Amino acid sequence: MANELAGYVITGLGTGCGFALVGSGLVAIYRVTRVVNFAQGTFAVIGAMCASSLLSVLPHGIAEPLAVLAVALVGLLVGFVAIGRPGTTPQAALIVTLGLAIFAYAVVVLVWGDQPRSFAGVPGAVTVLDGRVQSHYLLVIGVTVPVFAGMALFFGHTDLGRALTACASNPYAARVIGIDVRRMGLLAFAIGGALGALAGVLLTPVQQITFDSDVTLIVNGFAAAVLGGLTRPAVTLAGGLLLGVTQALVAGYGNAAHQTEIALGLMLAVMIGRAARRPAALEEPT
Amino acid sequence: MIRTSGPLVEVAELTVRYGAATALDRVSLTVGVGELVALVGPNGAGKSTLVDTLSGILVPASGSVTVRGRLAHVPEGRQVFGDLSVEDNLRLGGWRIGERDTAAVYAVLPALTELRRRRAGLLSGGEQQMVAVGRALMSRPDVLVIDELSLGLAPLVVADLVRHLRELNAWRGVAVLLIEQNARLALDLCSRAYVLEAGRIVAEGTSAELAASSLVSDAYLGGVVVDGE
Repeated sequence: MANELAGYVITGLGTGCGFALVGSGLVAIYRVTRVVNFAQGTFAVIGAMCASSLLSVLPHGIAEPLAVLAVALVGLLVGFVAIGRPGTTPQAALIVTLGLAIFAYAVVVLVWGDQPRSFAGVPGAVTVLDGRVQSHYLLVIGVTVPVFAGMALFFGHTDLGRALTACASNPYAARVIGIDVRRMGLLAFAIGGALGALAGVLLTPVQQITFDSDVTLIVNGFAAAVLGGLTRPAVTLAGGLLLGVTQALVAGYGNAAHQTEIALGLMLAVMIGRAARRPAALEEPT
Repeated sequence: MIRTSGPLVEVAELTVRYGAATALDRVSLTVGVGELVALVGPNGAGKSTLVDTLSGILVPASGSVTVRGRLAHVPEGRQVFGDLSVEDNLRLGGWRIGERDTAAVYAVLPALTELRRRRAGLLSGGEQQMVAVGRALMSRPDVLVIDELSLGLAPLVVADLVRHLRELNAWRGVAVLLIEQNARLALDLCSRAYVLEAGRIVAEGTSAELAASSLVSDAYLGGVVVDGE
């Protein structure tokens, strides 16, 4: 029993990292543009598909980062279409991203087909606390943690990161001091694209991906992000990990068919509990 | 400070529209090097529209805005970055010119020094106004455009801010265009003033002339109590 538990928890943490990455992409975009990007799961799918194609000609370690970079450009493109026209409201941009996500299904099926795709990750399994875990999950965790640490450094301690945060904090004042808010929004979309793609690239070796895998990712990523009011990356990470571990435990000890519902139900309970403890007016993004 | 042949700010026959509504109708004004100029007028006269046009946020329908030198804008309602520290607010003020050294601003506004690590959103109104002025100073401006300096602030706080503006003007030659509802304060600080009503300049002159004119004294000085609500 105990050996199983450690395995389930680490597997769950790995999956949760994927949710957290998708969620943090949503956060990066929402903070700066107030747009909920429904194409966020799509970034993961396209990232995974790109990596699978690139891996046929390039070695591991090169193909994956290239795929992430490519999807950062896709993110930029989505940003151009969604918020490129001056005066576009966040609500209108949200609908545009939803449309683009559906359009992306057609593109992905056309280019990569409708069959599940996967590629090899870190081979083998390791024993952690007497539990057997696929080694790749450790890579997922080992990449995600520094990425979140890097984001915290970037947003809090660099001029560009501060400027992005300024756009989120007060777009009018950002324009007053000469920050190009639209360009910052596009940059946020590119960052969102890279984070989404990273999730897809990291998860594909352990969970096959199809053109419509974005639904699971965006539902879980959104749940993780919304826990932090769509503005706090650290809370998003916590939310993603909680979702991932809960799902792994439900699937391990109970019924895998209900893992998503139970995890999202738990998330709802956490959010209701938090809302009851403190008034919404006191919630401040960090 | 820069040497120019003309005034630092020159607004000529400026018209700004929001759709069919005309917010500014052929407005002309100038601010000279090192000059303190006030723009007074009631709510809805178009004062903030003028400021937003000066800093390039709004595009004029006709007329021209010429700014010779650097202009920094202290927006109405302070508009600090509430989630960021005072230090980060100041650093962002230097974004346009790539200035990161905040020491000069702390030297001018020493009260900010002990607040530098505090989150700007949690400061008092007066402290936030000082942050907003400091943030504007980070871009090494030749002219500061201040939109509603006194709004919502206690008289003592306003007096302190006015003292700082006088010092900035006297020591560093920073020109100021002060947009104020509180005409008494504006005429007291500035040497010249314009009166804006319903999008038009209805009077202009030295502060002394305007204070003496019946138009201004009846409408703006008569019943106005010098406080910030």
